[in-house]
Amino acid sequence: MFSDEEWTAIFLSLRVGTIATLVALPVAVAVALLLARGRFPGKAVVDGFVHLPLVLPPVVTGYVLLILFGRRGVLGAALADWFGIVFSFRWTGAALAAGVMGFPLMVRAIRLSLEAIDPRVEQAAATLGAGPLWVFVTVTLPLAARGIAAGAVLAFAKSLGEFGATITFVSNIPGQTQTIPAAIYSYTQTPGGEVGALKLSIVAAAIALGALIVSEISVRRVGRNGEAP
Amino acid sequence: MISFSARLARRDFDLDVAFEGDAGVTALFGPSGCGKTTVIRILAGLERPESGRIVLGDTVLLDTERGIRLPPHRRRIGLVFQDGQLFPHLSVAANLAYGLHFTPKAARRVDRDAVVDVLGIGHLLDRHPSNLSGGEKQRVAIGRALLTSPALLLMDEPLAALDDDRKLEILPFVERLRDEFGIPIVYVSHAVEEVARLARKVVRLDRGRVAAVGTPAEVLAPTAIARATHRFDALSLISGRVEAVDETYSVSIIAHPAGRIVLPGFLPAVGSSVQVAIRSTDVTLAMGHTEHLSVRTLLTGRVLRVETDDGPFALITVELTGGDRLYAYATRLAVDSLGLDTDDRVTALVKAVSIDERGVPGLRVVTN
Repeated sequence: MFSDEEWTAIFLSLRVGTIATLVALPVAVAVALLLARGRFPGKAVVDGFVHLPLVLPPVVTGYVLLILFGRRGVLGAALADWFGIVFSFRWTGAALAAGVMGFPLMVRAIRLSLEAIDPRVEQAAATLGAGPLWVFVTVTLPLAARGIAAGAVLAFAKSLGEFGATITFVSNIPGQTQTIPAAIYSYTQTPGGEVGALKLSIVAAAIALGALIVSEISVRRVGRNGEAP
Repeated sequence: MISFSARLARRDFDLDVAFEGDAGVTALFGPSGCGKTTVIRILAGLERPESGRIVLGDTVLLDTERGIRLPPHRRRIGLVFQDGQLFPHLSVAANLAYGLHFTPKAARRVDRDAVVDVLGIGHLLDRHPSNLSGGEKQRVAIGRALLTSPALLLMDEPLAALDDDRKLEILPFVERLRDEFGIPIVYVSHAVEEVARLARKVVRLDRGRVAAVGTPAEVLAPTAIARATHRFDALSLISGRVEAVDETYSVSIIAHPAGRIVLPGFLPAVGSSVQVAIRSTDVTLAMGHTEHLSVRTLLTGRVLRVETDDGPFALITVELTGGDRLYAYATRLAVDSLGLDTDDRVTALVKAVSIDERGVPGLRVVTN
């Protein structure tokens, strides 16, 4: 049904999307918390910076990543020297691009759900003896679960479709950085590639739909446990 | 037992309050926006005053001069919010158990089964907060706070969000808490009946300041004529003894030297002392004959004082036969038409409904 190259692209996309989502999620929760609850000068600047990937042309984001995280980039060189983490022309770079592009969507969804929590529920927990960390783990996180799940799914779906930033940052190397959209693009540039492009498009749609259903089910389950905002 | 003083300034509000509370219920009473809830939040550690000192037993919770400020989770103060604030993602049982994890074993004085029993929430344990009625939520919230064995229980208008029937469902529970668990309670309310019924001591707040402190009979007595809104908050508290319960007519009779007080419904314990709250707007004064009236509660007395100003109303203080003061509002027109003056003999007519336990003013059974 699929050629080896197509399977490679599908699995790569799944891996890139999963890793990007998992790594970005805790950071997104922290940033959402900062934006929802924090009161500090320059909050608007941080807010704007977080949203940059959403409004910039993806090619620009990819180019910025290339400058920062490329082999000779400021951060890229340091990471490669100290931790042996290399992004350029590797699947890790594709994951980084996908994570960065999905990040604002994640932060938005999580921030909204955090802002919907009545601070008095958390205060009630505090008067019952729970310290700030316990309040966060036992009250804030469960009450924000829907937003966190929604944010994760959005970011995952976004990472499956990410094209511009990825191709600018890590190019289109089969087996390394050729995700589904890049593969579809290659097919459309090849005579007789229409069938391949169509097949992969259907796969992309199926995966995105599957992720949506999984998140819906998990949110429902949380909902049945009593959370009903 | 508790000593509180704090000053706090906000853009549109400033507060400067000091009071002492003892065992039993201390009520913070006053109109909306007078600072009751802010005091409660300062006590719980949820609001930072500019300066202040709070001592509970021998624990200093706050002393801005010495730089002491215990965070909320170290204060061992239970707080019941106006609208419960249960954890929506946890079952009733898990809500009740929440604070237990943080209460050291040695400090657990309150028995879970006793709380569940007193609050009547045994059948709700498996349910989730979204499936509870307002009254049920509030009972669970009270139980949740109680189970941490707090050194002080704060209740911020716990009945305000409930309709009258639900209020009557909860009030007896609060009374039982007061009597059975021996935890001092600071109770915030703007409802005069609740305060009269529950409190041993009342702190009346007005625009961020303490306006009066004392027993309910002292603080809730009318003080001013001109402010129309105040009239409806003024109460007299009369002590009597339950004389009989009339099964045929479903009324209870309370004996007082000035006359018999007839109360719809059955009072427990014939022979016990009770206090009856009478709203000053519900008293009619008569000079001379009082026959052929539907009112069954007639109390005799002597006019002690008639206060008037330029407004439409007069406040008449009646000294009832055998003691107790009864306050009555009438129009200035009525006072002048009757020629009512100090030392006149009068009969006070009190509509039975106004001293009904289920009606507007509260009733408090003093067990001895």
